[in-house]
Amino acid sequence: MNRFIRLIPRLDIKGPNLVKGIQLEGLRVLGNPDLFAKEYYRAGACELFYMDVVASLYERNSLVSMISNIAQDIFIPITVGGGLRSLEDIQKVLNNGADKVALNTAVIRRPQLISEASNKFGSSTIVVCIEAIRQPDGKYLAFIDNGREHTGVDVFQWAKEAENLGAGEIVITAVDREGSGSGFDVELVGRVSDLVKVPVVAHGGASSVDDIVQLVQQTNVNGVAVASIFHYDLITKINTLQQTKSEGNTRFLQENRAFQKIKPVSLSAVVEELKKYNIVCRSV
Amino acid sequence: MKKIAIVDYGLGNIFSIKQALKNCGVEPLVTESAREISQSDGILLPGVGAFNEAMKRLKSTQLDQVLIEQSQKGKPLLGVCLGLQLLFSKSHEFGEHLGLGLIEGEVIKFPETFAGAKLNTPFIGWNKLHINASQLDNPLIKGLTETDKFYFVHSYHAKPYDETCVIASCNYLEYNYPAIVQKNNICGIQGHPEKSAEQGLLFYKNWLNSI
Repeated sequence: MNRFIRLIPRLDIKGPNLVKGIQLEGLRVLGNPDLFAKEYYRAGACELFYMDVVASLYERNSLVSMISNIAQDIFIPITVGGGLRSLEDIQKVLNNGADKVALNTAVIRRPQLISEASNKFGSSTIVVCIEAIRQPDGKYLAFIDNGREHTGVDVFQWAKEAENLGAGEIVITAVDREGSGSGFDVELVGRVSDLVKVPVVAHGGASSVDDIVQLVQQTNVNGVAVASIFHYDLITKINTLQQTKSEGNTRFLQENRAFQKIKPVSLSAVVEELKKYNIVCRSV
Repeated sequence: MKKIAIVDYGLGNIFSIKQALKNCGVEPLVTESAREISQSDGILLPGVGAFNEAMKRLKSTQLDQVLIEQSQKGKPLLGVCLGLQLLFSKSHEFGEHLGLGLIEGEVIKFPETFAGAKLNTPFIGWNKLHINASQLDNPLIKGLTETDKFYFVHSYHAKPYDETCVIASCNYLEYNYPAIVQKNNICGIQGHPEKSAEQGLLFYKNWLNSI
């Protein structure tokens, strides 16, 4: 029997640019986010996940105009996260073309925001992101501010609490795997997706199709958020740099370097490959 | 140009629906005005969230009566997602609540298990349409095939008393539920065409062409 999986390109945004870091740090500019978004839409992405990676630090989300522009051309669900603090922040993003909002820092500080937001906007609109870091003693703790700040909150207890408060979906990021190409944290994702009934999306560590297949076969995960594999593939195929908006570290892009642990593959090739394992995404 | 009114009662992803209809060549009016809704050529009822909250809002603005009157006059009405569910007699979401009653039937929750498998809710994802054999010529699904998937987010689904209302259905694992329903000028889709890529836009175009 076929297994349905949502394949979700994740677009980390800093200012006007798509960026990619390693363990959420060391951000390299990859180019104009619109070009990536349109290509992923065309190639069969199930959804797009936009994250303003510096918003939480500055306590503001600057994606509103980017989203309202792209939502005129792209007809798949868009989740937006980063720096959303209040019901007003959420409303603004939803009014401008986002279908779901991703909350982390604000809801760790004040969990009640989850129930307030899910009551107001519907639970299916509220995605709780958990940035998990494995501790030396094997425990997983939740971090905030893009993996920078320690909270002492246990990931599994928090996932359950978030669900009880009304989260419609949970995105679990393995921060130490993120951008590293060392594979998903199967144990982490497996435990979270067995624990909660709401859909769980895994993020962090995918370096190849095999990693995705392994995760899907070994856990009850409902979706995978993937960045490096697709981004690094696309930058070799098109000129993604926008000359006027080349703030930040663009050396990586200009020197056309790749990252050795990650095997860049196009999204459509991944979709085709997954079919061989009876794993089905949106067909195109 | 056809005048399409998107009912704005504070629930639903109106931005995306508007963009999708614009992409289909119409300039929809997002409105809560009874007059504007009555003067339109077709009404789209969106909706995200809880059934009872939606009905309360429609009643408090008396838009429920406008929708009932207009659809009884034969005006095309399309309910999307929760908008489809509102067309029915009643829902069992958080108690029992009456709907618009334009199509006889109930809105029920997915069972927790079916055929030995767990059906976690909400169901979020892309699902294939199974087109009812008697409906293959229905203009509403013209150009759509069994391989076309639509994007769904829901924990509840409609169950019409008269099964001939069901144009197409979906399976959640092995559990079959109605995805597109139609009774004369009134129709509904449980998925989100505005989020279902090209096939979703095609569905909207078909509906617009039927007006």
